[in-house]
Amino acid sequence: MILRGRWAANRIQQGNKMAEEPTPFERFVQGIVPENPVYRQLLGLCPVLAVTGDMKSAMTMAGAVLFVLFCANVIVSLIRNILKPHLRIVVFTLTIATFVTIVDRFLAAYMYNMSKALGPYIPLIIVNCIIICRCEVCGSKQNVFAAGADAIGQSLGFALALASIAAVREILGTGMFFGVRVLTENWPDWVIMALPPGAFFTFGLLLGAFNWVDSIRSKKDGTG
Amino acid sequence: MNYIIDIFLIAISAALINNFVLYYFVGICPFIGVSRNVDMAFGMGCAVTFVITIAALISWTITTFVLIPGAPVTSFLAGLVLPAEQASGIDLTILSYIVYIFAISSSVQFVEMYVRKFFPPLYKSFGVFLPLITTNCAILFACLTIMSNVAVDNPEEAWDLGRALILAIFGGVGFTIAIVIMAGIREELDLCDIPKPLQGAAITLITAGILAMAFMGFTGVDTGLKNALNPPDEQQIVQQTNSDDSIKLAEQGKNRTAGGF
Repeated sequence: MILRGRWAANRIQQGNKMAEEPTPFERFVQGIVPENPVYRQLLGLCPVLAVTGDMKSAMTMAGAVLFVLFCANVIVSLIRNILKPHLRIVVFTLTIATFVTIVDRFLAAYMYNMSKALGPYIPLIIVNCIIICRCEVCGSKQNVFAAGADAIGQSLGFALALASIAAVREILGTGMFFGVRVLTENWPDWVIMALPPGAFFTFGLLLGAFNWVDSIRSKKDGTG
Repeated sequence: MNYIIDIFLIAISAALINNFVLYYFVGICPFIGVSRNVDMAFGMGCAVTFVITIAALISWTITTFVLIPGAPVTSFLAGLVLPAEQASGIDLTILSYIVYIFAISSSVQFVEMYVRKFFPPLYKSFGVFLPLITTNCAILFACLTIMSNVAVDNPEEAWDLGRALILAIFGGVGFTIAIVIMAGIREELDLCDIPKPLQGAAITLITAGILAMAFMGFTGVDTGLKNALNPPDEQQIVQQTNSDDSIKLAEQGKNRTAGGF
């Protein structure tokens, strides 16, 4: 309940740059559910919709985002004192682009099929709003530990969001989970779930469900 | 004649069949965020089309003359210090992401400055959207698609500037179509009684799903047009290579774009 109140307060805090900064542990916990990048902040929707056709590619994407976000956040945190305010966005994007290139080459070398399947969505991590947003909100203001914890927390939240959508789409679309059959052979594959419209429907309905659970919980707390 | 057919097919494919928003999911952020009313949506669409064209021009030029193996500028510069056979084999495509994102953000800056100086009324109407566009995935996506079609093994098949620009312009047009339709629907949705948890982004996404289903109806139009436009003697060959059903075609389209990475 403390956390629930905090995420709302934190949004205002971020805008006002208040003196009290969250500790590394708070940063870590906030990223997972209270300040979930996908369901709460609606950031980085491009991979959320595009690579959630099956669990494997969704988890590879989450791993790539974890690496890029962690490295970029730590680097930005280390150089935050020499950063010029008007150049910071350019520095952020160039840092992110460097790490995305590393991930892209790594995937092409060791997971060639996955790299083919993800296609342009790996390079598109560069313009993923989550990473720029975290560099701006946390990396450029707090020390390395807070920045690292924040990156891991946010990435876990992102991975959970991707997993929730990918699980629904893969099970309903193909009757399989991580490539293993979980529904009977007679299951009529809902092809629409594996195609682009399925991504919109699944995410829209899950977002509605998330808001619904949220409103019930806030009624119980008496805070909403 | 073949060239015109090719251009025409690229245009139809980018604007309708493989719509940037509804098929590739790029540029979702402005699609959800700036689709509250039709005027703003149209402004955003125009701004994106404008920037995407300039970014495509820059990225095609850089890719063709600097990045791909055997590119003229790189070979010339390397030829000053290296022996000729080594100089022509230099491959700078690994730097492409950094170069593109740098090109996009600087071109957005320049466009903003230029428009503010010379077209103040236009700047007023674009104003808010121009800086936002730097982090719009649609721009980088267009650059990456162009790169994957320029950096092919066979130099004969590499795209020229005309094809690259057509892809960019009609990609932008497709984005504008999608966002304006969405804004029109959302203006009507404001008057409806929507369950509270679904209000805002959730209902927008579900509406977008239905729109995406409508746009799926265009699948296969490019094959049909190709068959109709090609001279009869070539028609046989085209039909043989494109005899798959619509869903397979959609998959192929995805693989084709992903193929260059």
